[in-house]
Amino acid sequence: MATLSERMPAALARRTAAEYGIWSWLTTVDHKRIGIMYLVSATIFFIFGGTEAFLMRLQLMRPENHIVSFQLFNQLFTMHGITMIFLAVMPLLIGYINVVMPLQIGARDVAYPRLNAVSLWLFFAGGLMLYSSWFLGGAPNAGWYNYAPINTGGVLNPGSDTLGISFYVLGLQIAGIGTLLSGINFTATILNLRAPGMSLMRMPLFVWTVLITSILIVFAFPPFTANLGLLMFDRLFNTGFFDPSKGGNALLWQQLFWIFGHPEVYILIMPAFGMISEVVPTFSRKPLFGYTTMVFAIIVIAFLAFMVWSHHMFTTGMGAVVNSVFAATSMAIAVPTGVKIFNWIATMWGGRIRYTTSMLFAIGFLFCFVIGGMSGVMLAAAPADYQFNDSYFLVAHIHYVLIGGSLFALFAGTYYWFPKMTGRLLSERLGKLNFWIVLIGFNVTFFPMHFLGIDGMPRRVATYPPGLGLSFWNFVSTIGVFILTAGILIFLYNLRDSLRNGEIAGPDPWDARTLEWSIPSPAPEYNFAQIPLVRGRDALWVEKQHGDGRMLPAQIVEQHGDHDADDHDAHQHHADRHLVHMPSPTPLPLILGAGAMVAGYAGLYRVWWLAILALVACFYGIFRLMYDRDPGYYVEPKGDVG
Amino acid sequence: MSEAMHTTPAPDGGPAGPPVLPTPAETTKLGIWLWLASDCALFASLIATYLTLHGQTAGGPTAQQLFDLPLTLVSTFALLLSSVTMGVALEALQKDDIAALRRWLVVTALLGAIFVGLEIREFHHYTVSGLWFQRSDFASSFYVLVGFHGLHVSFGIAWILSLLIFTFRKPGGITRADHWRFEMMSLYWYFVDVVWVVIFTVIYLLGKVG
Ligand code: HEM
Ligand SMILES: [Cu+2]
Repeated sequence: MATLSERMPAALARRTAAEYGIWSWLTTVDHKRIGIMYLVSATIFFIFGGTEAFLMRLQLMRPENHIVSFQLFNQLFTMHGITMIFLAVMPLLIGYINVVMPLQIGARDVAYPRLNAVSLWLFFAGGLMLYSSWFLGGAPNAGWYNYAPINTGGVLNPGSDTLGISFYVLGLQIAGIGTLLSGINFTATILNLRAPGMSLMRMPLFVWTVLITSILIVFAFPPFTANLGLLMFDRLFNTGFFDPSKGGNALLWQQLFWIFGHPEVYILIMPAFGMISEVVPTFSRKPLFGYTTMVFAIIVIAFLAFMVWSHHMFTTGMGAVVNSVFAATSMAIAVPTGVKIFNWIATMWGGRIRYTTSMLFAIGFLFCFVIGGMSGVMLAAAPADYQFNDSYFLVAHIHYVLIGGSLFALFAGTYYWFPKMTGRLLSERLGKLNFWIVLIGFNVTFFPMHFLGIDGMPRRVATYPPGLGLSFWNFVSTIGVFILTAGILIFLYNLRDSLRNGEIAGPDPWDARTLEWSIPSPAPEYNFAQIPLVRGRDALWVEKQHGDGRMLPAQIVEQHGDHDADDHDAHQHHADRHLVHMPSPTPLPLILGAGAMVAGYAGLYRVWWLAILALVACFYGIFRLMYDRDPGYYVEPKGDVG
Repeated sequence: MSEAMHTTPAPDGGPAGPPVLPTPAETTKLGIWLWLASDCALFASLIATYLTLHGQTAGGPTAQQLFDLPLTLVSTFALLLSSVTMGVALEALQKDDIAALRRWLVVTALLGAIFVGLEIREFHHYTVSGLWFQRSDFASSFYVLVGFHGLHVSFGIAWILSLLIFTFRKPGGITRADHWRFEMMSLYWYFVDVVWVVIFTVIYLLGKVG
């Protein structure tokens, strides 16, 4: 057989020239690099959102504080909520999905690598646009769910006459379309790109949660898109969809919002469940207990997620019957969720547990998430909700599930998968410090909020008078934020330091169970030199038990005569197993993201010709992506399967 | 990489899995289906909005006063006919009759253009008859829903045109390997037609009845 250099000289030469520069990142279609860019940008947004929270708690540390103005406080809690949900936690999860999921199913990339890059740049464009609002007349100020009619301006919310809420509308629209495309991409990847032998019931649980999350995204984001579109007409074209003074219906916004919003909170927690389900078995050295019931539980949760949205609206006067129905469906969710908790505990039971930082965060997750779950059931009791609604009790609840849940799982996942991304381990010594300080800081910050809520402190207040019995716990809560911040700074330092000085990890530092650990760390750009053959659940573990600990290569029968096969030999790696065909980098996704951003700003400032021009250009770009015949290039993997 | 290895039984007794991976074309098709599913949810939201607000006429014209069923029936007919011609075009593709394929694609695009043209005419007519976009919530929700569908048809026309260009520009001509491109576009086109049937029923038929 011909040698590599005779075969593809030009393509290979081009590759080595542009392998590592900044341009190679901006134009990449590699799922791992895209994932890492999600993670880095989401971490930056997390720091922004954390700073906003810090300022709020500083203000609330003492009664009658005036560090920030009331208008600014409104903008702070709004931007904090939006940032944490849409620009930090969700993209962090999407980042890990990108990095890990294709590896876990034994694929070379996601189903549509270039669309994946489009998603990334749309998310980034939307986030950048939202944050530019701080410098362009003021950030949105009507809360993360932006209720009508205060979102339409006028007497109810003079502050919203600025552009702020229009930034909310267009920024989230652009980022949201990116997320929707990710949902489609991940669903198709999991359904169609699994390695031979990986039946649905052999998929790692993380992959299952990604599948269900993606399906939730596909159906939950469109109502949000529609809602934002309608609000855009209200704000830019003076319609009155949500404005009762024009005959509009303010509750319509709430309905459409929560049809999206409740599934959204499951989008934020499901992949976290998946991460915990990877970490706990690995460090307990046991297979996941009750795999089948786990799968069943997430499917039930996803199903129920679409039937409970009105529990956010108990106090809007829907009536006793409707309230009771939605209270019942909401409480029903506690059942499959409880099943999962018991399964994780049963997995640990009798296992030989290794208390790595990753495992500690997983245990911390169990502890905090149960507290959040219990306060959730209390809120689901409609009569009690009349008391708790819009109080600090609710603030405590959301942070127990979102920090104690999603964020702790993300910490666990970071300590677990960092080596697969970088080739180096995070420092365990700093990690333990990181864990304990975050755990203490988190509980000191948020547990007192339960008391504050029961004592009647409403959420979203910029200050409170002394002598109401609120001062003490508010003070304690802010002290907690200082501790929490220290913990997060240690984490950030650990990331930076270990990137350079961390211990070299090797392919499988945790003696783990799934496919991503069968390849070198960091994962090579082609992932698997040869597509592995999956012979059971926990594919790598099966080979450790029944084989020589390495994956067997699968013999793939690919159908010929499929698309583009006549343009270039897409299946060259069959004839010559040492060549892997890769898609080329392209700047088009980046340009598309920029185009969407230009359209957004043009709409905001009512420069209609530019908005239309930019949109037409975007559609032209989409057609270019559709017909662009990519010859790709070939790489020669080092070593074989593992 | 012997045959034996591939058929190695699974230790847990489960299935050895599909030996045949889906082709990229099949995977792309799956993506289109998912996209259409999410589009359904989008249209459902807009239809729900219309149903919530269509009574809010704010003293302006109502559906009964304005809607002209015969005219809408003509455009509906044009769109449904375009589904048929799209089918004929795909038939031609199957027979590798590229000339016929082009012909029928042009006819389909023209029928789509007639639909969009009639819609623009209709919007114009309503606007001058006192039902402009901001006149009432009935007006706004009507224009948004129907207009959004009109944009879908327009995008479909652009897609057809792009495929027509593709048939001329593709080096080596259209082969079996390109069929998926046409099939996916037709899937989208049928979807847009079906959505119109729903919109026609909900807005025009029920609107006329009251
Ligand atoms: C990192 C530490 C964090 C601190 C100290 C913090 C603190 C706060 C504070 C003080 C509020 C305002 C409560 C009010 O005035 O009503 C708030 C609201 C909120 N937080 Fe956090 N938070 C943190 C992290 C997060 C994370 C990770 C998430 C979610 C993923 C999150 C989601 C929210 C949401 C959704 C709101 C409600 C915003 C609104 O009222 O519209 N927070 N947080
Ligand atoms: Cu909910």
